[in-house]
Amino acid sequence: MSAPQHPARLSEASLRRIEELKKRYPHPQSVVLEALWMWQGEHGWISEEGMRYIAGILEIPENHVYGVVSFYTMFNRKPVGRHKIEVCTNVSCMLRNSERILRHIEERLQIKVGETTPDQRFTLVEAECLGSCGTAPVMQIGDRYYENLDTEGVDKVLKELR
Amino acid sequence: MEPLLLPPIPDLHRIDVYEAHGGYAALKSALGKPPAAVTDEVKRSNLRGRGGACFPTGLKWTFMPKDSAKPKYLCINGDESEPGTFKDRQIFEFNPHLLLEGAMIACYAMGITTAYLYIRGEYKPWIDMMQKAVDDAYAHGYIGKNILGSGFGTDLYIHRGAGAYICGEESSLMNSLEGLRGYPRVKPPFPAQNGLWGCPTTINNVETIANVPVILRIGAEAYAKIGAEKHPGPILVGVSGHVNKPGVFEMPTGVPLLDIINNYAGGVTGNKRIKAVIPGGSSTMVLRGEALDGVCMDAESLKTAGSSVGTAGLIVMDEDTDLVRVLARIAHFYHHESCGQCTPCREGTGWMEKILNRFCRNEATQADLELLLDVANNIEGNTICALGDAAAWPVQSMIKRFPEEFAKHIQEPATA
Repeated sequence: MSAPQHPARLSEASLRRIEELKKRYPHPQSVVLEALWMWQGEHGWISEEGMRYIAGILEIPENHVYGVVSFYTMFNRKPVGRHKIEVCTNVSCMLRNSERILRHIEERLQIKVGETTPDQRFTLVEAECLGSCGTAPVMQIGDRYYENLDTEGVDKVLKELR
Repeated sequence: MEPLLLPPIPDLHRIDVYEAHGGYAALKSALGKPPAAVTDEVKRSNLRGRGGACFPTGLKWTFMPKDSAKPKYLCINGDESEPGTFKDRQIFEFNPHLLLEGAMIACYAMGITTAYLYIRGEYKPWIDMMQKAVDDAYAHGYIGKNILGSGFGTDLYIHRGAGAYICGEESSLMNSLEGLRGYPRVKPPFPAQNGLWGCPTTINNVETIANVPVILRIGAEAYAKIGAEKHPGPILVGVSGHVNKPGVFEMPTGVPLLDIINNYAGGVTGNKRIKAVIPGGSSTMVLRGEALDGVCMDAESLKTAGSSVGTAGLIVMDEDTDLVRVLARIAHFYHHESCGQCTPCREGTGWMEKILNRFCRNEATQADLELLLDVANNIEGNTICALGDAAAWPVQSMIKRFPEEFAKHIQEPATA
């Protein structure tokens, strides 16, 4: 995996935002999730260097930041493709054939769940319930939800994101 | 019943439209009363929490100390991560100001000057929608200093999660807000005494708070008459699985499940028989399709039927469903989401998943079934938070109510 090309820091805008957010809580530690979101937004994943940096800004121990990052599933602790595809396979989606969606994406991208395409475009993972059970099956890519999926719909999305 | 939480008014998410339809009038009227009278109104409405535990909301509010040297906090739980649950999202998208109005009324009633709205990390598009509503409410003087010239002021901040089912558990949510791993806390002390940063805190679900302006608008007595007597009010029921028209439907509490499935949700796909339903999100006990006559969507009726209303996330499974596979998927979920603090849950959820996968591969024996039940029984009641129970109940109820489903997967030894 290639090292991050960006400097190991947050943008000025993010740093200013963190200072604003600190005022919302009695302790700056509460900003840790938001700071990690910013880091992931700017760097794609959260390296140990990133954790050290955020620990420094919030004046909390590095091991504490590591503990937080490793607890929450949405933080990437290693590089992922440009588009991280998260297919919900929990009960409501399962009952509406999410398995077929997952297998179809595996076949189209020629990767298995948990893998990234060699061109670094896509990473495919299984997600737990995304709270979209009424429009199952569903997948999330980045911030966006794709609902009421069928294989044709998936193909369209994959083509658009290429 | 006319919808009260999600009325079909175009663009109701916009503050001007919300105002034009009587929005924020309940806040105005609340600010003209003593705070205790507002709490009393909520108490008399008999509103019970919509996050799963059905605790009486007004009573919960009275647990907050009236005078406190420490700051007091309101946490609104929008983690919405119980599988089969997708109702709070509708409020964020279609009626965000109802939630904010409720939050401000709650803060006034309890003398709270800071509120946090915790929303699951995956809901980024809905967080953005809510943030817009919050910004508009600040600009119109409904949130912030000196609300509507009353002298009372409260701030409200949205706090984004990052993917953890357990953060829907109230004490985990508080830890997550404090910037910690989302581990549940031992209770007591309860949040009203010792919550966020050791200060008095009330935690209510999004839908619960959204009911508050409705109570003030129509009055506690009228509210208490809606739906089921002991669990009144409008309720957002999410129907998913094998139905023609899945979705979130607002109705009074106490509507028969079969009515919800057949009329609201358009019936079972392909006119098949219902094999099973999970009435209130994946943690609630499964019910047999043929045992649904007279069972209604309210706390008392579902308790009598041997389950619970939970988050009113109704999952419907038709006659062709392999329930052991469904249960294995549920077990995988709880194993994945167990925070790891308590041994029975951390280890037990993994054992249950492994055993159920043996059933899925048709490699299980009768002894596996006994072991599965034994593990579930040893998780239930032996953990800090309710995740352990939530993992055990689906397993226990499925074994009890659908023994034939397991029998299909048991490989009899060749010598038998």
